[in-house]
Amino acid sequence: MNLQMMELLADGIKETLYMTLVSTLIAYVIGIPLGVICFITDKNGICPGRIIHFVTGILINLLRSVPFLILLVAIIPLTRLIVGTTIGSTATIVPLVVAAAPYVARMVESSLKEVDAGVIEAAKSMGSSRLQIIYKVLLPEAKPSLLVGVLISMATILGYSAMAGFVGGGGLGAIAINYGYYRYQTDIMFVTVAFLVLIVQLFQELGIWVVNRIDKRSA
Amino acid sequence: MIRLEHITKEFSSSDKKVIAVNDVSVHITKGEIYGIIGFSGAGKSTLVRCINLLEMPTSGKVYFGNQELTSAGEKELRLARQKMGMIFQQFNLLEQRNVLKNICYPLELAGVSKNDRIKRAKELLRLVDMEEKAKSYPSQLSGGQKQRVAIARALATNPEVLLCDEATSALDPITTRSILALLKRINEMFGVTIIIISHEMRVIEQVCDRVAVMSEGVIEEAGEVKEVFLNPKSETARRLILPDKDEAGSDAGRHSIRIAFDGQSSFEPVFATLVLESGIKLNILGANTENIGGKAFGQMLVEMPEELEKQDTVKRMLRKKGIHFVEGSDER
Repeated sequence: MNLQMMELLADGIKETLYMTLVSTLIAYVIGIPLGVICFITDKNGICPGRIIHFVTGILINLLRSVPFLILLVAIIPLTRLIVGTTIGSTATIVPLVVAAAPYVARMVESSLKEVDAGVIEAAKSMGSSRLQIIYKVLLPEAKPSLLVGVLISMATILGYSAMAGFVGGGGLGAIAINYGYYRYQTDIMFVTVAFLVLIVQLFQELGIWVVNRIDKRSA
Repeated sequence: MIRLEHITKEFSSSDKKVIAVNDVSVHITKGEIYGIIGFSGAGKSTLVRCINLLEMPTSGKVYFGNQELTSAGEKELRLARQKMGMIFQQFNLLEQRNVLKNICYPLELAGVSKNDRIKRAKELLRLVDMEEKAKSYPSQLSGGQKQRVAIARALATNPEVLLCDEATSALDPITTRSILALLKRINEMFGVTIIIISHEMRVIEQVCDRVAVMSEGVIEEAGEVKEVFLNPKSETARRLILPDKDEAGSDAGRHSIRIAFDGQSSFEPVFATLVLESGIKLNILGANTENIGGKAFGQMLVEMPEELEKQDTVKRMLRKKGIHFVEGSDER
């Protein structure tokens, strides 16, 4: 493998990390409030609201049921509108966020469901407002579970980002497709796959280490 | 202090309607320890949640002091709740906060500054005897320790009322006693009105002044603990007080008396002395007694001799010793 190839791979790794991390971040900025709304508007939640619960539920399910590859193509006009182009790693962030945000919302919702209802009741009995329950009780108590969710989301987003390589996205996925698939350079394909595996593994190990450190339930 | 007027709470699901609390009125006076006892599903937990409106009653009014909570706005209700502490069977501590920060939580809500919060929390830890556990997390504590922290947390904002929902039901008998002793101490030191929900008579009898017996959403009888205890009128109260009553009292026609121990010294062999001094053989049909801090509490069902003369001797001796008893109240 020559120097040029190594530079290519280094760029690929950088792009993949860029897409994954930025998309995860934005997906959480959207997904956390969405998940919280979904959770609290449940009929047994702290702020029941049938209509809001129904609408957010539909929105999340709708986006989640569209296969990513189709979503990628379908929202090209939106991508162009936001980024100005539809190729490259920055452009890939748009469909990644659209696909990941509802997924993240469901993850957040399920993490919040793990918080003991008794603890929420105790918080209410002490005179907490709804907002205080959300940011002083629900989110902090669900923190370890939320972080596990981040790890899972990140691995999923990384996988999606590779798929974007087919339609002009950047990163390791694009390298694997362009060199490995279109040019039959199997060795390069294997190297990119190895790097993808390595990145996921690294995130996972690091994440679990952090979760174990911050979770106070397993002392 | 707290007045519940004609409280009814219904839960309705799609196919059926359950009336958990049915037209209950209770008046709890300032500074007393009020017990609500009943079997599981009697509606007592729902009733206590109607006091701080964790459950909104379907109908009826709740007064806290002079304030009607059932018509209060959300903000007023939150402020009222800050004056009412609550502890639970499952403790419900914040798992991701350490002991000190758990106690700080209600103070944060009340807008107390950080330094004052920590100062107050440490004071409370000293009160519940948990100073050395300030930096521990709930998962590192035993049940009794968790409940102590929960009590400290509930008291942080100097509430006027403390609601205890089966607070000792997850604890062993010895820990239960120490928690009850702590509650009693808090009641005496700060004059906090305490409402205790339990299904165990010994919990009520150890600390409560008055008790209400609840069954199927209704208060069957209420009054001074000693009175209800000695002379239970309702079927539920009888079953709670002498659980094995059915076997013990089934022999109709026998003459029996029920003796109540309500704090006599347990070092004094009262019953043995009675038998020895009178020379009359007495048969214990059933007993449910306990030694709490050197004092005897509980009930004993005793079969009396057939001769009226001997019966009078026994009764006279019991009166002389200052022991309460009721004659044949169990025969039905």
